[in-house]
Amino acid sequence: MDYTIKIGGEAGQGIQTIGYTLGLVFSRTGYHVFTHQDYESRVRGGHNFFQIRFADHTVMASKDNVDIVVALDRESIINYEKELSVVGQIIYDSASLKQQHESPQFLDIPFVQLAVEHGGNKIMANTVAVGAVMGMMGMDLDVLIAILKDTFKKKGEEVIKNNKAAALAGYDYAVKECIKCSFNAAPLSKSKMLISGNDAIGIGALASGCKFYSAYPMTPSTGIMNYIAGKEADYGVIVEQAEDEIAAINMALGASFGGVRAMTGTSGGGFALMVEGLSLAAMTETPLVIVLGQRPGPATGLPTRTEQGDLQFALYTAHGEFPRVILAPGTPEQAFYLTNKAFDLAEKYQITVIILTDQYIVDSQWTFDGFDTGKLLYTDYRLRGDVFKKLSAYKRHAFTDNGVSPLAVPGDALHVVVTDSDEHDEEGHLIEDAATRTTMTEKRVFRKLPNIIKEIASPLFYGKSEPETVLVGWGSTYGVMKEAVDLLSREQKIAMLHFSELYPFPSTATFDYLHVLKNAKLTLCIENNATGQFARLMRAETGFEFTSRINRYDGRPFTLESLAGEIYVYTGRL
Amino acid sequence: MSTLEDYKGRTPAWCPGCGNFSILKTFKEAAVELGMEPHQFTIVSGIGQAAKFPHYLKCNTFNGLHGRSLPVATGLKLANHEMTVVAVAGDGDCYGEGGNHLLHAIRRNIGIKLFVHDNQIYGLTKGQASPTSTEGIRTKNQPLGVFSEQFNPMTFAIALDCSFVARGFAGDGEHLKGLIKEAMAHKGFSLVDILQPCVTFNKLNTYEWYQQRIYHLEPDYNPEDRTEAFRRSLEWGDRIPLGIFFRNNRTAYEERISVIEANPLVKQLFDISKIESTLKEFY
Repeated sequence: MDYTIKIGGEAGQGIQTIGYTLGLVFSRTGYHVFTHQDYESRVRGGHNFFQIRFADHTVMASKDNVDIVVALDRESIINYEKELSVVGQIIYDSASLKQQHESPQFLDIPFVQLAVEHGGNKIMANTVAVGAVMGMMGMDLDVLIAILKDTFKKKGEEVIKNNKAAALAGYDYAVKECIKCSFNAAPLSKSKMLISGNDAIGIGALASGCKFYSAYPMTPSTGIMNYIAGKEADYGVIVEQAEDEIAAINMALGASFGGVRAMTGTSGGGFALMVEGLSLAAMTETPLVIVLGQRPGPATGLPTRTEQGDLQFALYTAHGEFPRVILAPGTPEQAFYLTNKAFDLAEKYQITVIILTDQYIVDSQWTFDGFDTGKLLYTDYRLRGDVFKKLSAYKRHAFTDNGVSPLAVPGDALHVVVTDSDEHDEEGHLIEDAATRTTMTEKRVFRKLPNIIKEIASPLFYGKSEPETVLVGWGSTYGVMKEAVDLLSREQKIAMLHFSELYPFPSTATFDYLHVLKNAKLTLCIENNATGQFARLMRAETGFEFTSRINRYDGRPFTLESLAGEIYVYTGRL
Repeated sequence: MSTLEDYKGRTPAWCPGCGNFSILKTFKEAAVELGMEPHQFTIVSGIGQAAKFPHYLKCNTFNGLHGRSLPVATGLKLANHEMTVVAVAGDGDCYGEGGNHLLHAIRRNIGIKLFVHDNQIYGLTKGQASPTSTEGIRTKNQPLGVFSEQFNPMTFAIALDCSFVARGFAGDGEHLKGLIKEAMAHKGFSLVDILQPCVTFNKLNTYEWYQQRIYHLEPDYNPEDRTEAFRRSLEWGDRIPLGIFFRNNRTAYEERISVIEANPLVKQLFDISKIESTLKEFY
């Protein structure tokens, strides 16, 4: 079984509430769930949707075919009727939409009327809708009742009771009226974890000892700030809303200089403002983690949609020459562990690590059996307290074999900690002489880089061995590529390489991925951008040129059937 | 206890006769008299002649980018509020490039002591107009004269209810030292604007020009009277007042944050014990 439910409506109608609730219902019932959201840059009106796919096997992408459409506006019907699967149904409230559909694919459910009659308030129409979907699926309502209890705990027994009644009304109505419903979603084993990319980064930061997060709100990264702010008291974290992104990055650097792990997050436009700060972090060798949540540009672009258009920007921006690390998680699970790795590398090498996400991956929710906290890295690389006190002398930028100087916490000892955005000597004071400049550049760049490169993991290989076709991608395309490989490998020798650690570019020392590519008949680079930025990086770093590229740049993510179709256009010719 | 010898730094690269020398000397004396040790405070600076200041004494130093001293200082203060955090800037650095940060640092009332070396001209870039340049003066970049009105940092800060607003003069060391000591002792954000002749590029606002105009706010002047503070802050021209224009006891930003009530952030050890239960919230 593999079902897709799409909830469409105007901003402010509560499609997220319905979506999150249903997602939780399915993950708690033990299903594999994948959700993704498509919304406009407005608070009320317009048209948004929330899509949920759930199955008894792993799912990690959205499909084009929809089994149940919950239509809260007329546009949902116009847009999604054509997406219905053979067994598909559209549920809607003819009284609210002021239109009637007689076709057997439609089921008119009086959401508002049932909400008023059973829950005592039309506000519960969304609960009626959730109940109705569960009725159509033949599920047990107990899971939903438990969720309603959690959700409305603070609002009191009366609200819980009314919501229960509303859910039951929708459920009963659907069971009775949906004659054509042939869905079956019997409960599976134990509950799964359901988590989005942004939440995974947020909790990954907390799990890595992040103590300071400064940012200016910007879609799609605001969710990280919201998440961490909600945990301020529990984890002893300060979240500071800066006056602009320039302040945000400088505050994070100030906090990091002060001795705590610090992070900032933004999108392309905000990152543009942070660029001078990125260079400052490099010169002062101050550890920093930045989340760059991509959205389509240039300029304001499509503020709430998705694109992988800032890879070259993240790679080459900021003045001067210095090392940086760029990580690009492909799943919330990878986001969790890579955020942890980002904090570790940033402090270990006193560099900036950029976590490159996009709207699709940060807003998508995935199910997992759980995250293994035993795999988390934590080493305090800073020089603090007694260890610092006992030193006879201290130089913030001392020359060392590996280029990494002791990073002391100012105030912990009698020694002073000095750093400068100007070129400086070992003590951190500004200099002009050529010899020091040369040695400092070598320290920052050439001494650190060989060790940083060793930290970068190889791309992930998945699929048939000795493949004829190799799909290559990075970041958020992981899930849809993997499912496309599964779909196409029934008839083809197909595999994929997914890069989640992009820069420094992975070496071929432990896994010769170039060998895999060179031996394939067809290599396709799949990117959610127009110009094939990763393909260009691959060529620059390895000289390898892909057979062709598949690019999507309409601000929407790849979906399974359409991507598989595009791949088939190439593989069909083999 | 520290001595002046403890504060010896690198040799300044300022022009001979620069007003910065007396500010540096005065600051060191104030630090010694306050019993401050070099490791107990951090000077955050940006870019400009004033921003080189921390290299010429001895203390923890973050010499960052143009205009950005205040956000760095804010992050540092939040990470370790037991650290005395000083920001040193010039008029171009703080009132021009970093104007937005000044506005918001004052609003936060975060415990940063800001000293602005205000020479009413750009020194490092060689003689262009600054936000505090006198309207009408001609420079290489403004050959027809400066058209913008002179920025008034005192009025600006008082309008924002800045909790400590003062003006000193580089040529009046004893008085300036008093202001520095008062500012250092103040909780919350303090702004001390220091009039400082630029002997190379500012031929108008010279030592003599200032000497003829400055006067100290009277002993019975009440810096808690905001209306009077406004009136005095607007005084500029034939007479220029020096002293503490305005002060109040607004709660400092760092005192409002419950997370650091018991301990500064930097002293709070990493504790992963809650992670498992936090992860359970996603089931």
